[in-house]
Amino acid sequence: MNYQNLSAVDLGIAAALILINGALSVMLKLGLERQLFWASVRTVVQLLAVGYVLGWVFANAHWYVVLPLMCLMTLVAGISAAGRGKRTYAGQLIDSVISVWSSSWLVAAIGLFVIIHIRPWYEPQYAIPILGMILGNTLTAVSLGIERMTQELVSGRNTIEMILALGGTRWEAAQYAARQAVRAGMMPTLNQMTVVGIVSLPGMMTGQVLAGQDPESAVRYQIMIMFLIAAGSALGTVCAVLLTFRRLFSADHRFMIHRLLTRR
Amino acid sequence: MLSSTLSLNLATEPLIDVRQLSRVDHTGATQLLNPTDFALMPGARIAITGASGSGKSVFLRALAMLDAPVSGEILWQSNPVSSDMIPAYRTHVCYLSQRPALIEGSVLENLQFPYTLKSLRKRTFNLSVASDLMAKAGKDASFMDKPAGDLSGGESQIVALVRTLQLEPQVMLFDEPTSALDPQSAAAVESLVLHWFDAGAGSRAYIWVSHDPQQARRMGDRHLTMVKGVLQTGDEA
Repeated sequence: MNYQNLSAVDLGIAAALILINGALSVMLKLGLERQLFWASVRTVVQLLAVGYVLGWVFANAHWYVVLPLMCLMTLVAGISAAGRGKRTYAGQLIDSVISVWSSSWLVAAIGLFVIIHIRPWYEPQYAIPILGMILGNTLTAVSLGIERMTQELVSGRNTIEMILALGGTRWEAAQYAARQAVRAGMMPTLNQMTVVGIVSLPGMMTGQVLAGQDPESAVRYQIMIMFLIAAGSALGTVCAVLLTFRRLFSADHRFMIHRLLTRR
Repeated sequence: MLSSTLSLNLATEPLIDVRQLSRVDHTGATQLLNPTDFALMPGARIAITGASGSGKSVFLRALAMLDAPVSGEILWQSNPVSSDMIPAYRTHVCYLSQRPALIEGSVLENLQFPYTLKSLRKRTFNLSVASDLMAKAGKDASFMDKPAGDLSGGESQIVALVRTLQLEPQVMLFDEPTSALDPQSAAAVESLVLHWFDAGAGSRAYIWVSHDPQQARRMGDRHLTMVKGVLQTGDEA
């Protein structure tokens, strides 16, 4: 069987499946109808828009088109990584943008230039989806890392002050929290890596197979991307945790817990 | 002749000399500690009382350099303390909070913990010193193996105190260390402190913050009162 294009009617049938969710929401009084409606609309609109944008970028494959798009994607990922979590501090937005940006671009560069050898260097067919996959995972890792860091600092406040009062340095006081935070940030990727292929077939691999690529070649790409994602989220988490550490501990070894604010 | 002048000088030099030290809260709107001049001499036993929220803890924490002052300076043995020397300063000037914080593990592991820190790494844990201190608080050898999580509030505070005193600091800053304790544990804490103080033969000093006037009289030779961020001599007016 060759590649089957989906018509508007086909999509309509698929979209009608949302009625199952709607019916369940009404029957079980979940009160989710409104949210379901808007979620469906957003799915359709956002994906159509991205398809349109990508189509245009692929047709106009210039570095001055591709690079700004990649910057925009990274910025959005960085901003949304900062927008989660119960607590925040002045500078959290900058910290999370820096963490997402530096780690994902470094790892994407290794993947695109050292491993895949794309030509030209901005080839959007590769650069955009690969950066996108790394960004999606780094974003989660960074936001989990910062959230766990701030949570550990608040709950471990007494211990942190005890270590400082005994003559510990700021890093000695913070390292337990920092370790827990890095761990938390890396966990989703680790979990994903242990079950990949058994419990779930990753989206990119599925897509390649559907598009007619032989599974073995698709698997190779998937293996590469898993390691890029693992490296990106690990680097991003460590970077975010260290930046948070620098914001909340002063150079004269003081813990500035008052800088942590509860988000409303 | 020369050595006697030197030791005389040492004895008259304050351990901590504070000039115009003040603190505001993090919004900058409320004055927590008014500009304060204060000298802690070797051999001093100072008790500070005052209403809760008057700034007693604020003062002690500022002396331990745990919170940044907005003005003033703290001299340690007549020298300013640079940022990178603050951890070392805190091994000489130890702050003990009202709520003891213990790490996960046994009592013994808690007592060994300070020696894992960079500023104390050159020193080694001495089990017999620690056991002696524990024995003075009425705790026998089997107590060392108890998990920290199983200790009562009083026992935890004794462990926290011994953990600090075994390091033989020159100055101790006690922030209501016995306010949440049973009378027996409180007595053990007081006697451990006096033992540490006497062992220094006049070279050590402490400040004890208390809300109990009787305890303040018992533990302090000099009595100060904190009223709305102002440190005053003598009893509350």
